[in-house]
Amino acid sequence: MKRSTLILLKTLTWVACLGPLGLLIYGAVTNTLGPDPTANIELTTGYNTLLLLILSLAVTPLRKLVPRLSWLIKFRRLLGLFAFFYGTLHMLTYVALYAGFDVHAMLADIEKRRFITMGVAGWLLLLPLAATSTTWAIRKLGGKNWNRLHRMVYVAAVCGVIHYWWQVKPGVLSPLRLTLVLGVLLLSRPVLAWYERRRVGVVKG
Amino acid sequence: MLIRKPSDIPSSAISSKDRYLNRRRFLRGAAGTIAATGAAALGAERLGEVFNPRITALAGTKLETVKSPLSTTGEDLTSLEDITHYNNFYEFGVGKGDPARNASGLPTRPWTVRVDGKVKNPKTFDIDTLLKLRPLEDRIYRHRCVEAWSMVIPWVGYSLSEFIKQCEPLSTAKYVQFLSYYDKSVEKWTSESTIFWPYSEGLRMDEAMHPLALLTFGLYGEVLPNQDGAPVRIVVPWKYGFKSAKSIVAVRFLDKEPPTTWNEQAPNEYGFYSNVNPNVDHPRWSQKTDRRIGVPFYAQRRTTLMFNGYGEQVASLYSGMDLKKNF
Repeated sequence: MKRSTLILLKTLTWVACLGPLGLLIYGAVTNTLGPDPTANIELTTGYNTLLLLILSLAVTPLRKLVPRLSWLIKFRRLLGLFAFFYGTLHMLTYVALYAGFDVHAMLADIEKRRFITMGVAGWLLLLPLAATSTTWAIRKLGGKNWNRLHRMVYVAAVCGVIHYWWQVKPGVLSPLRLTLVLGVLLLSRPVLAWYERRRVGVVKG
Repeated sequence: MLIRKPSDIPSSAISSKDRYLNRRRFLRGAAGTIAATGAAALGAERLGEVFNPRITALAGTKLETVKSPLSTTGEDLTSLEDITHYNNFYEFGVGKGDPARNASGLPTRPWTVRVDGKVKNPKTFDIDTLLKLRPLEDRIYRHRCVEAWSMVIPWVGYSLSEFIKQCEPLSTAKYVQFLSYYDKSVEKWTSESTIFWPYSEGLRMDEAMHPLALLTFGLYGEVLPNQDGAPVRIVVPWKYGFKSAKSIVAVRFLDKEPPTTWNEQAPNEYGFYSNVNPNVDHPRWSQKTDRRIGVPFYAQRRTTLMFNGYGEQVASLYSGMDLKKNF
């Protein structure tokens, strides 16, 4: 890929990733966030966290299926970091607009409410991944260790989806779509690995 | 020939009355669809009538009302725009904006309310009879959803007790059940959740007879928009919003607690009573505060009051009851 194309695509990715935040800020300034602005901010940031996590998890299977798309790897870190960014905004919205900065209320929530426990767990799992996302950190850890550590993103994404299911009312099926997509992406990994092993085996045999 | 005696039928094989009623209402819906298909076959000029029932246009018609001393005062009203575009009416979709988009097909005329169960005689009331039964009052109430948001709504209606008197319940009637309209051909969004339809709600008789409990026909002085439960709904201001059933087609008087939709869906989250109570948390969030709809995000949070601020009027209904247990 040409350098100028890459720069253009990266710029577009930045714009797309900042889009939801831009709309929220515009809505907050013009007071057009809808009837329940607090819930709108919380749901928008939460949904985009999961969406970006899922997009970042789609990179590897896509590259394996379509080798011509291997340049997608250049976008994975960006997507992952934006997922963490929206996850952090999501949590800060809870801290400020739901718990009102009341530490006791927050601790009680984490202890009593499993959907909050699960959300916090997901965010805590993403934290070391975001912290070790720099090229320097990858070099320092070594590729193998870094890969092993970053497999935690699978657990974090599952935490995120469970957090979503536990937050909606029992019987409401809104999280189904994201759950199915994540399921396919996670399952594709062992399936693709098995397929690859078989192909290599055939060549060897 | 084998003729089964009643004693041969195991009680487990007998449909509960609810399921029976549900099936009957389902069949009635199906009959309506067949009738519509037949009408369409009669001629293209009548198609418009079939697909665009004249009646949906009633929403917004002015109603003649009188003031009520039971109105809540001193709080800003939630805008009509927000009251009509932020709804929980899962038959028309689970998103807050879905009912406003999807409820236009609700056929609010002709409309009847069937009254049966522990009554002197089962009766059917026409909606136009109900509208004229008593003078319609403007009643401003706080509305507190179990999801921890709240509004202030100027409803139009009269005390449910006035209607119940016309139903002539027997002394054995201890509870009253409300069943909402259900027709899968109109409410195409019911599979967005696993709820068992039709929507069912209920009150204890003394709760239903309390003057604050409102049989509701309108808001902001006009006929109810479909998404807010047209043409007739219940409003119980001291309880969480889901107790206030919308688009009522049947009222049943019973000697025991009726099955209610959200209580059946998740009994640990939604009690039969579901009085607004800041001291009893929902398993997934605190009920101590709520978010007022239609104000900027930094000004939404407010303290939730016991019985939604109607304690002075209704607390006596629950004297001696453990409200933590009977949440």
